[in-house]
Amino acid sequence: MKTLLIAEYREGKLLDSYTELIAFSEKLGAQASMFVVGSREQLPAFAGRLYLADVKAATEFNPAVHKQLICEVAAKEQPQMIVLPHSSYGWDLAPRLALALKAAQVSEIVDVRDGQLVVPVCNGKLQRQVDVQTELTVATLQAGAFPLKEAPAGTPEIIDLAVTGSSDLTFSGYEAAAAGEVDLGKARVIVSAGRGIGKPENLEMIKGLAKALKGEYAASRPVVDAGWADHSRQVGTTGQTVAPKLYVACGISGAIQHLAGMKKSDFVVAINSDKDAPIGEVADVLAVADLKQLVPALTEKLQA
Amino acid sequence: MKKLLVCIKQVPDMESRFKVNTDGTWYEETDLAWRMNEYDEYAVEQAVQLKEQLGEAELTVLCIGPDRVKETIKKALAMGADRGVHMTDNESHLRDPLAIASMIADFARQQDFELIFTGMQSQDRGSAQVGVLVAELLGIPALTTLVEFAYDQGTITAKRELEGGSRALVSCSTPALVTCQLGLNRPRYPTLPNIMKAKKKELASLPVTDLKLPPAQLKTAAMAPPPKRGSARILEGDTGDVAAQLAAVIKEKM
Repeated sequence: MKTLLIAEYREGKLLDSYTELIAFSEKLGAQASMFVVGSREQLPAFAGRLYLADVKAATEFNPAVHKQLICEVAAKEQPQMIVLPHSSYGWDLAPRLALALKAAQVSEIVDVRDGQLVVPVCNGKLQRQVDVQTELTVATLQAGAFPLKEAPAGTPEIIDLAVTGSSDLTFSGYEAAAAGEVDLGKARVIVSAGRGIGKPENLEMIKGLAKALKGEYAASRPVVDAGWADHSRQVGTTGQTVAPKLYVACGISGAIQHLAGMKKSDFVVAINSDKDAPIGEVADVLAVADLKQLVPALTEKLQA
Repeated sequence: MKKLLVCIKQVPDMESRFKVNTDGTWYEETDLAWRMNEYDEYAVEQAVQLKEQLGEAELTVLCIGPDRVKETIKKALAMGADRGVHMTDNESHLRDPLAIASMIADFARQQDFELIFTGMQSQDRGSAQVGVLVAELLGIPALTTLVEFAYDQGTITAKRELEGGSRALVSCSTPALVTCQLGLNRPRYPTLPNIMKAKKKELASLPVTDLKLPPAQLKTAAMAPPPKRGSARILEGDTGDVAAQLAAVIKEKM
């Protein structure tokens, strides 16, 4: 089997996610080549053919041109699978490739089972094993699902690509994340509120528990999107990545985007009414309870 | 008058406990509460805001699925969409993203939509493919994963959300399609008068058998809960007891 791995390059840097593409390809026992819109200054540690389009000509985000370039490489390499990270770059580009190449796309792969691709359904509460009917598959990988066990090694054989074609959209740069009211990265204890708190008033009891533990309060995405907490308090893929000594997750079901932001915590306590919530997978202790009763009771016990 | 389209999906409440159905291809649909896909609420809100900005515009809401999805279409009508189209399809949950996108593109092709709004993904399937595929099938630009959106005289200026919280600044000309990320706006709650008004709005049904669909690209080989890998110590029972045990565990760790 042959794979074509699409590495991602953003804000002048080759992203480490390319190593997960390699790990996935190795798991399939496939022979890999790689494509990147990037620069000779930053090459992946990869022993294989690397198709390189100069980022100055192709620009970092330019789906129409990147699609065209990848289609040209696919015609040469004839891979059975084109693999991208399931990232803002990958999930934007992958469907365009799949349609152009008459391929099925399998999104956010978390595992390979019986030689078939496994993807999450319903926020990871179920998993679906997929039987692909097309000759070519476009695959996107969930971040962190395929870690490379050893540091990547090798020097690529570079094949330069000429950039042609035009785009139907204009990309004009980046805006950094806004600085907020708190730097959660430094917190020793974090008490985090999820959708399960139910209403904004209940954030007060989360703050109370955080205070009793001399820590900071944080929130999952739904709580921030609802406007109940500042974005700087959001833990997860598009918020902050934290690694406190103690992380108390209150009413957080444990969507992968949240887990990615807190799984490096030393000790995780989850308070959730659902015993089967995915947060239980990363928790050291799971208290199955109504947080509206347990959080005040726990705060009182800790203050005693 | 400018025409706008918003495509929505009905999904189960994600807080539900899901069971695999008897043939092992999907989740058991009985006993589930249904609601509008959360990403699509942002799409509807943005479309309604644009309609209000333009003054004169017609906003169509399209939803594919069995009869129960009409309730979700009515919510979008109560939020401010002008007319609903229900593509009747009891098999929609089994179809590939490409099949769903083809159904939407076939519908949209006959009309002259200035802008098409979709959620960036659904909460159940989560493929993040349908919106982009619709745009590619129609040959119009797609701006995805938007957390900011502005429209002025045929130009969309927007921000895409990236990992780590930074944003990419993008723009394009209409006609175009945009996919909406959570947090793009604050979706409004339908008010009672608007719910009443929505009952009088047009809700047309379109049978899916009238459409030509591409052959299936993907089949479900198996569906199951994820394997349990966690080793969490479970505390349950009386709240006071759980609080005492938990306090002891936390004190020990501090």
